[in-house]
Amino acid sequence: MTEPQPQQQKKKLDLDRREMPKQSPEVRRFNFSEVALGYPGETAMAEAARCLQCKKPLCVGNCPVEINIPGFIKHIADGDFPGAIRVLKEKNLLPAVCGRVCPQEEQCEKTCVLVKKGGQIAIGRLERFAADWEAAQGKAAIPDIPPSTGKKVAVVGGGPAGLTVAGDLILRGHAVTIFEALHKLGGVLTYGIPEFRLPKAIVNREVDYLKTLGVEVIADFVVGKTRTLDSILQEYDAVFIGAGAGLPWFMNIPGENLNGVYSANEYLTRMNLMKGFLFPEYDTPIKRHRKVAVVGGGNVAMDCARTALRLGAEVNIIYRRSRQELPARLEEVENAEEEGIIFKFLTLPIRYIGDERGWVKQIEYLKMQLGEPDASGRRSPVPIEGSETLMDVDAVVCAIGNSPNPMIPATTPGLQIGKKGNIVADEATGKTSMDRVWAGGDVVTGAATVILAMGAGRKAARSIHEYLSSR
Amino acid sequence: MAKILTKEAVVPNIHAMVVQAPAIAAQVQPGQFVIVRADEDGERIPLSVADWNAAAGTITLIFMEVGGTTGKLAALKAGDNLPTVVGPLGIPTEIGEFGTVMCIGGCYGIGSIYPIARALKQKGNKVIMVMEARSSFLLYWEDRFKKLVDSLIIITRDGTKGYRGHVSRVPEIMKSLGRPVHRIIVNGCTFLLKRASDMSRPYEMKTIVSLNPIMIDGTGMCGVCRVTVGTETRFACVHGPDFDGHLVDWEELLQRRKTYIVEEEIAVTASRCEEHQAAIRESRP
Ligand SMILES: Cc1cc2nc3c(=O)[nH]c(=O)nc-3n(C[C@H](O)[C@H](O)[C@H](O)COP(=O)(O)OP(=O)(O)OC[C@H]3O[C@@H](n4cnc5c(N)ncnc54)[C@H](O)[C@@H]3O)c2cc1C
Ligand SMILES: Cc1cc2nc3c(=O)[nH]c(=O)nc-3n(C[C@H](O)[C@H](O)[C@H](O)COP(=O)(O)OP(=O)(O)OC[C@H]3O[C@@H](n4cnc5c(N)ncnc54)[C@H](O)[C@@H]3O)c2cc1C
Ligand code: SF4
Ligand code: SF4
Ligand code: FES
Repeated sequence: MTEPQPQQQKKKLDLDRREMPKQSPEVRRFNFSEVALGYPGETAMAEAARCLQCKKPLCVGNCPVEINIPGFIKHIADGDFPGAIRVLKEKNLLPAVCGRVCPQEEQCEKTCVLVKKGGQIAIGRLERFAADWEAAQGKAAIPDIPPSTGKKVAVVGGGPAGLTVAGDLILRGHAVTIFEALHKLGGVLTYGIPEFRLPKAIVNREVDYLKTLGVEVIADFVVGKTRTLDSILQEYDAVFIGAGAGLPWFMNIPGENLNGVYSANEYLTRMNLMKGFLFPEYDTPIKRHRKVAVVGGGNVAMDCARTALRLGAEVNIIYRRSRQELPARLEEVENAEEEGIIFKFLTLPIRYIGDERGWVKQIEYLKMQLGEPDASGRRSPVPIEGSETLMDVDAVVCAIGNSPNPMIPATTPGLQIGKKGNIVADEATGKTSMDRVWAGGDVVTGAATVILAMGAGRKAARSIHEYLSSR
Repeated sequence: MAKILTKEAVVPNIHAMVVQAPAIAAQVQPGQFVIVRADEDGERIPLSVADWNAAAGTITLIFMEVGGTTGKLAALKAGDNLPTVVGPLGIPTEIGEFGTVMCIGGCYGIGSIYPIARALKQKGNKVIMVMEARSSFLLYWEDRFKKLVDSLIIITRDGTKGYRGHVSRVPEIMKSLGRPVHRIIVNGCTFLLKRASDMSRPYEMKTIVSLNPIMIDGTGMCGVCRVTVGTETRFACVHGPDFDGHLVDWEELLQRRKTYIVEEEIAVTASRCEEHQAAIRESRP
């Protein structure tokens, strides 16, 4: 480690990034409670005190919603936690969520000046700390709602993008209604990301907060089916579409429709939305398998693998590149490794083999090697000839990706759709090709991140507000 | 949330339920379905919309008690609320000017095919309705159909009413009617759908079946409802539920329906359909 410059420094540079307590791997692999336990108050203050309070904070530029990072951290360092949460909420409606699930090592923490010395500030953990502190006080401060403008906005989809738009616009005096296809709000936060990484109580709390602000919520309502977008436009002044990227991909290889082969969405939905892990107390069954292969290397794959492990299985992750290229958050990869998930890097499934009852019993895969870097700069995997290998499994979860939900594009003539089935929207404003219709989040970008979806929601809300105020 | 207005057993084990669902009633078309939860912690199950009244804002569901959720539904009463009724989902059944159409319905499918037959009649088609049941006491809505269709044919497994046997007798019945059929549409349990498709295959009569795989969301998100049709994998909830019965991979569909059969043991006692019971016995490990 390089020594700090011998310049006039008031205090010694503290590079000791404080660890966050976690449930030990031996314990947590048998339960569904949250893995990371959050900083105790004094640890949070100590971690916050390390921040250099840069005049030109590089961290902020790499946060998609531009949180005043040194600002909120200063309050924590001073023990002024209400101050910290106030600063956070200026920019981020869901700090308890983002502090947990943002890929910080790719965003804010990546550009912290201390990163070169390996001591970047744990911004996500501090954000989480402040949000949890507020929740523990039992009541969130309710901001003043401006007088009603008489304008009505419909939000399609209750994921992070839609929730952000709803929050921003209700605070500007517009009436907001969220239409959600499922019976619960939250989008991927509710049906996808598991309890042990993001407790549902936190998501519910944020949704309830929006309701107390006056947002109307209509669940069990599929826009495009229960009512078309055109018909909604007749009743509302503006519409925001945040329908997410819910369409699961399969690889189109033999045996993919065998019993025991799941899409990640099915597996996680049974588990999280429908609380399958509490079956039969809850009605929706989920199988407890012995040996599960999870195909893919993103957050979704990690979540499936760690879910299967907690249901008692030995789990192999089948990923066609190497550890370096894993797109999942680093923290979750490390957690998975600690819990005993087995990683089979540089492998590609080519077929699933079933037993006489139609259940998957084996997966056949090829070994790969990394070739020349492709357009994205990543070295692309190339199969090694003759390397076919069989592995015994009793379930496979396919977590190779999702595309934008086709329901609204398919039922809304006039909405411009991109090559990948995404809704085309202006990057700066979220405006679509249709008058009075905005869109943002995964339905525009394809599967991305919570904070990017929220950032898109924020921009669209600003544009919608400008439009509504100009009329 | 949707309020149950009436609920009655139409025949043993098959119930009709009228629920308040104005948004759905205003939009639904023949062949579409809804997803229902019976209670707050409940599973989501698909049920076809068997009738509706847009003016009154109500829809009618016909369901057969086969397991956990349909059992809970059967226990509900008028005045109770269903936490979830969402739809209408799926692509409506194609209603064209086909000529003569044979509608075949069994168990819940007798109910769910009713609005299809009605729409076909309105389009000017001749409609032959075939009702199939295990025994005469399991037939319902005969009067409604009599008023609607050009001819009503009844087949019972035990011969207590109409023709004796299975839907496989349809060709000889048709011969005696002496009328060509331009399209067959089938609603009901998977066995009936398959048998009807097998029956019509040699005659190359277009046969449309309303498939009923396991579903969760009904919006194309989870992929559990995937079926192989021809060489393609389709999601029954968004690409269907209607498909060409001659192209469906029936073996696969029947397998996939059994995924949770061990977990659904209660179904063994609840379901009184022999074929369900046999299927359950067979797939126990
Ligand atoms: C398992 C998993 C783990 C992930 N982990 C992370 C992580 O650790 N960190 C991170 O930053 N990102 C993660 N992501 C990605 C992140 O969750 C998404 O990028 C984000 O949720 C997108 O937000 P959204 O609002 O655009 O869409 P979504 O969250 O998908 O919400 C869309 C909502 O719209 C509803 N909807 C769809 N169609 C209709 C319709 N026609 N009518 C009404 N409602 C409709 C859907 O039911 C859904 O509730 C993960 C994703 C998954 C699946
Ligand atoms: C698009 C669609 C429309 C449907 N419409 C109706 C409808 O209008 N009325 C209706 O009663 N049902 C309908 N079904 C079937 C219905 O969804 C199931 O019967 C229901 O999910 C059973 O839930 P359960 O919890 O009561 O039983 P479970 O405990 O989930 O299942 C009981 C057992 O019986 C088997 N089983 C259940 N139903 C059938 C069946 N029909 N054929 C073969 N095996 C079966 C299951 O595989 C399972 O093993 C429809 C299905 C689909 C996909
Ligand atoms: S929202 Fe995400 S990127 Fe922004 S500061 Fe918080 S953790 Fe970092
Ligand atoms: S770059 Fe790092 S040290 Fe500087 S303000 Fe941001 S978090 Fe603090
Ligand atoms: S029911 Fe989930 S995709 Fe069809």
